[in-house]
Amino acid sequence: MKLQAALDALPYLLSAAGTTLWISLAGIALGQVLGACVLLARTARSPALRRAGAVYVSFFRGVPLLVQLLLIYYFLPYIGIDVPPLVAAIGALGLASGAYVSEIFRGSLAAIPRGQAEAAQALGFSSATVWRRILLPQMLRISTPALVNELILLLKASSLISVVGVTELTRTSHSFAAATYRPFEIYITAALIYLAMNLALAALGAVLERRLAAAG
Amino acid sequence: MTDVAMVEMRGVAKTFGALQVLRDIDLTVQTSEVVCLIGPSGSGKSTLLRCINFLEPYDAGEVRIEGRLIGYTETSPRRPMPHHALQKMRRAIGMVFQHFNLWPHMTALENVAEALVRVRGFSRTDATGRARAMLARVGLAEKEKSYPARLSGGQQQRVAIARSLAMEPRLMLFDEPTSALDPELVGEVLQVMRDLAAEGMTMIVVTHEMGFAASVADRIAFLDHGRIVASGSPRAVLHESEEPRVRQFLQTYHERNSF
Ligand SMILES: Nc1ncnc2c1ncn2[C@@H]1O[C@H](COP(=O)(O)OP(=O)(O)OP(=O)(O)O)[C@@H](O)[C@H]1O
Ligand SMILES: [Mg+2]
Repeated sequence: MKLQAALDALPYLLSAAGTTLWISLAGIALGQVLGACVLLARTARSPALRRAGAVYVSFFRGVPLLVQLLLIYYFLPYIGIDVPPLVAAIGALGLASGAYVSEIFRGSLAAIPRGQAEAAQALGFSSATVWRRILLPQMLRISTPALVNELILLLKASSLISVVGVTELTRTSHSFAAATYRPFEIYITAALIYLAMNLALAALGAVLERRLAAAG
Repeated sequence: MTDVAMVEMRGVAKTFGALQVLRDIDLTVQTSEVVCLIGPSGSGKSTLLRCINFLEPYDAGEVRIEGRLIGYTETSPRRPMPHHALQKMRRAIGMVFQHFNLWPHMTALENVAEALVRVRGFSRTDATGRARAMLARVGLAEKEKSYPARLSGGQQQRVAIARSLAMEPRLMLFDEPTSALDPELVGEVLQVMRDLAAEGMTMIVVTHEMGFAASVADRIAFLDHGRIVASGSPRAVLHESEEPRVRQFLQTYHERNSF
């Protein structure tokens, strides 16, 4: 074993891990916005909107992320829209996680007692304000553990975006493994970095969860 | 406006699927009157109360608040009232629930101030000032920073009452406000309600507290299977009614409450 190869590559791998992390965070942020929109569609009065929401969820949960990614990357240029790899990557992660996040939100919405919204309605709140001030904040805190979990899954899935040329952790490891002929040292380093990031996220999630529980 | 009733229900009916929960309800409540609704479980008391602020849409008949039809347009055939018009009518009607329904992510003070900011358009400073005064009024000035989970049931219910009162309602609806409370906490909530009645608030109270009904109510209405089968002064309903369903109900009540 040659540790030197790993040590030489380490700064580059760490900076690529930074890219992995922020792309995943951007992905889950987009996923939350989309997830909330999809949930609104799924609880809307219009049957067409409800069906559109259901189709969205089953498509993005049913098609492998890699295939979604390739679709975005190759299809959009095909119809004349030029997408930088980074945008395709974040878009794909966000679209896919939106489907899962909307299911998480749906579960946490169902966990909020009906009286929470009724108390606000009885005071004369508009439905938009009921959503924004009463339901969404409670959904977010109920969802926190599941969202952290989703972020961890997304961070691991983000290794797939290496195929569209984003120099995140997996792709950078590839390059170093090929250039140094030390794949084992390089990939074990990459694995440890992924593991460290996810353990840190899980710990952060546990702290958040305890905080929220304490606030009542 | 003096001769317009605060609440006037005429022929109100409501069904859930095949189940008729309210039938032909007539009920008039004048300004400053306190009316208690009593009756067996499932008789439709909560549903009746919820029709008054249209949390539950009624199917037939009319509910008028200070002369205005709630929930529907005055046109014929009637259509659902526009949302903003309904929201405006609800500002004048406070409601207190059995399970308090305080918002757990806000402190006591924030719970009371929220509607002032979002519905009445107060500045945060003005809303906080009024909210403090309301908490003081229900004896909870020192709990303003507490989250609901840190308050006893009696304290939570008093915060919920303060939250309604902050909106300066002209009518208050109470749905079994003390049923979820430990017995030793019932008194503090009933006292706040007594004070409110003494100040002339118009109140409709669903309750199983016969002592409260007997001493505070101007009128008691007894519901059974979605109908008002007896109504009158506390004395007339609780002591002089010949109606067998009322007698049966009261007998069960006395048996359960004596030991
Ligand atoms: N949303 C609903 N859907 C279907 N049925 C309902 C609904 N709400 C109430 N009911 C039914 O309507 C009837 C009257 O209910 P309601 O809650 O008004 O009774 P209540 O007199 O308040 O009873 P309690 O003393 O137990 O609170 C009951 O049979 C109840 O099961
Ligand atoms: Mg009830």
